[in-house]
Amino acid sequence: MKNASIRQAFGRGLARAAELDENVVALAADLTDSVGFGEFAKKFPDRFIQVGIAEQNLVTIASGMAHLSKIPFAASYAVFSPGRNYEQIRTTICINNQPVKIIGSHAGVNAGPDGATHQMLEDIALMRVLPNMIVIAPGDAIEAEQVAVVMARDARPNYVRYPRADSSVIFDNQHQFEIGPAYILKSGQDVTLLGTGTMTAQLLMAAEMLADKIDCEVIHVPTIKPLDEKTILESVKKTGRVITAEEHQIAGGFGSAITELLSEKLPTPVTRIGINDQFGQSGTADELLDFYGLTAERIAQQIEQLV
Amino acid sequence: MPTIKVIEQHATNIRRNIIRMIAAAGSGHPAGSLGLADIFAALYFEILKFNPQNPDDPDRDILVVSNGHVCPVLYATLAEAGLIPEEELMTLRQFNSRLQGHPHRAALPWLETTSGPLGEGLSQAAGAAWVIASAAKQSSATENDSGLLRLSTPRNDRYVYCITGDGELDEGNIWEGAMFAAKYRLGNLIVIVDRNNIQLDGDTEEIMPLEILHDKWAAFGWQVIEIDGNNVQSIIDGCSEARAETDRPSVILAHTTPGKGVSFMENDYKWHGTAPDEEQARKALEELR
Repeated sequence: MKNASIRQAFGRGLARAAELDENVVALAADLTDSVGFGEFAKKFPDRFIQVGIAEQNLVTIASGMAHLSKIPFAASYAVFSPGRNYEQIRTTICINNQPVKIIGSHAGVNAGPDGATHQMLEDIALMRVLPNMIVIAPGDAIEAEQVAVVMARDARPNYVRYPRADSSVIFDNQHQFEIGPAYILKSGQDVTLLGTGTMTAQLLMAAEMLADKIDCEVIHVPTIKPLDEKTILESVKKTGRVITAEEHQIAGGFGSAITELLSEKLPTPVTRIGINDQFGQSGTADELLDFYGLTAERIAQQIEQLV
Repeated sequence: MPTIKVIEQHATNIRRNIIRMIAAAGSGHPAGSLGLADIFAALYFEILKFNPQNPDDPDRDILVVSNGHVCPVLYATLAEAGLIPEEELMTLRQFNSRLQGHPHRAALPWLETTSGPLGEGLSQAAGAAWVIASAAKQSSATENDSGLLRLSTPRNDRYVYCITGDGELDEGNIWEGAMFAAKYRLGNLIVIVDRNNIQLDGDTEEIMPLEILHDKWAAFGWQVIEIDGNNVQSIIDGCSEARAETDRPSVILAHTTPGKGVSFMENDYKWHGTAPDEEQARKALEELR
């Protein structure tokens, strides 16, 4: 699998969304190129708003703009937005139900050398408990580009998280992202592997490594809220075993959302792979993903032990 | 234009309803609400452009009430202006009421936002002002480029007002918004600070000193206007002066008396968030005539 930048891809999608709808505007907080918004800022200088290093302002300005019909994409690192401005998002965007798009870049330990302070691992937990909020984690660059266009058409508050590091391309142009559906990427009988964000690529590779021994079903779940209950339940009914993977704390995140669903509708043993109640540290993305057990090899070992 | 006397009478009616509704609810914020009655009366009976038939009229002025805890004055003013039924005021803070304890945008038309958590209104107002200013800019650019005069004039006569408390200025979000508004030269943004010198825990200058407040705003690039916020003529004149400045945002430091009109509530921070009992309400209504 070749690698590509999700940040740049999302930025391309945003520029495309802006061509399609003149109400799309973008806001950055002194991290324009870093979050992938450079292209937009260049192409649409009159629709690009620089708020400085002020994340509370970032989202409250966006809320005011959305009130007068704009579709604001407000971006920073996930650790700052939604990390720093949670209550502003809750009150002025979610209670108001404004179509503001919160973009959290540098999510996960892959943010790398910057260390623990810059590796957001709690954002899914923060955003998925908010009424009205949609939570999305694209699986690769192809999907991320589509996510931006789809978000611009959605009238609800949206949160999207994506990584700093380039990641494996798992889709081709036939893929069509929509908010809601989970995508079965590989059918299997023995175990259901549920991945969100770039962990789906790791699950695909792990399934391939185990192909001789275990018949894994791999499902990509880009929309963490609301969950595609039907697809997930149908798969779990068939396999009776579930493993989830996310670059996020296992408490409160994607795996927790799956256990909430299954414990109510189809009680099934679930193993959650993710960060286990700790903060990250400096290192390369590859070193850190390996250390925290989030590479295909490490995940394959865990699947083998469990199944 | 209604005479000053008529607007003053509206303010008195609004104050009477503030006392009645907070007493009926058994909780709420009387001091700030009473202190702001003249400003709300002046806004709704003289200053704001709005369409009584359509709360979402695209040409309306925007009023963002950032200090949401003073919503009794907002609700009472909406009733005084005939926009909501007066009898509904007695449902304040009750289950199923449109008059939530802090303003909830989805619950009631005429509200531009949800507020209560402090420090968030100025930035929302600035975001709205940016949209209006940018639309006006685009429309004049179109005129210049094509050499033709379009029928619709740029909406540079549309204003965004934001009311904040003074204690609320402790919040960092306010100053982030203040820098933003100055950067984008939002001359259509007018912030009215209710400078009543009290906040929940005590006097503002004791809890977290704000002075020299005038100079702080000036240093942030704003036009600063000081008015007597309990004098209707002073309020109207202050807003006119603010609208005349087109190149930078304006802040009006409105010096008000918290609890205005009720002798035992005036200037006492304990009435920031305490409801009057039946006897106190009766006394207050006797004074408010």
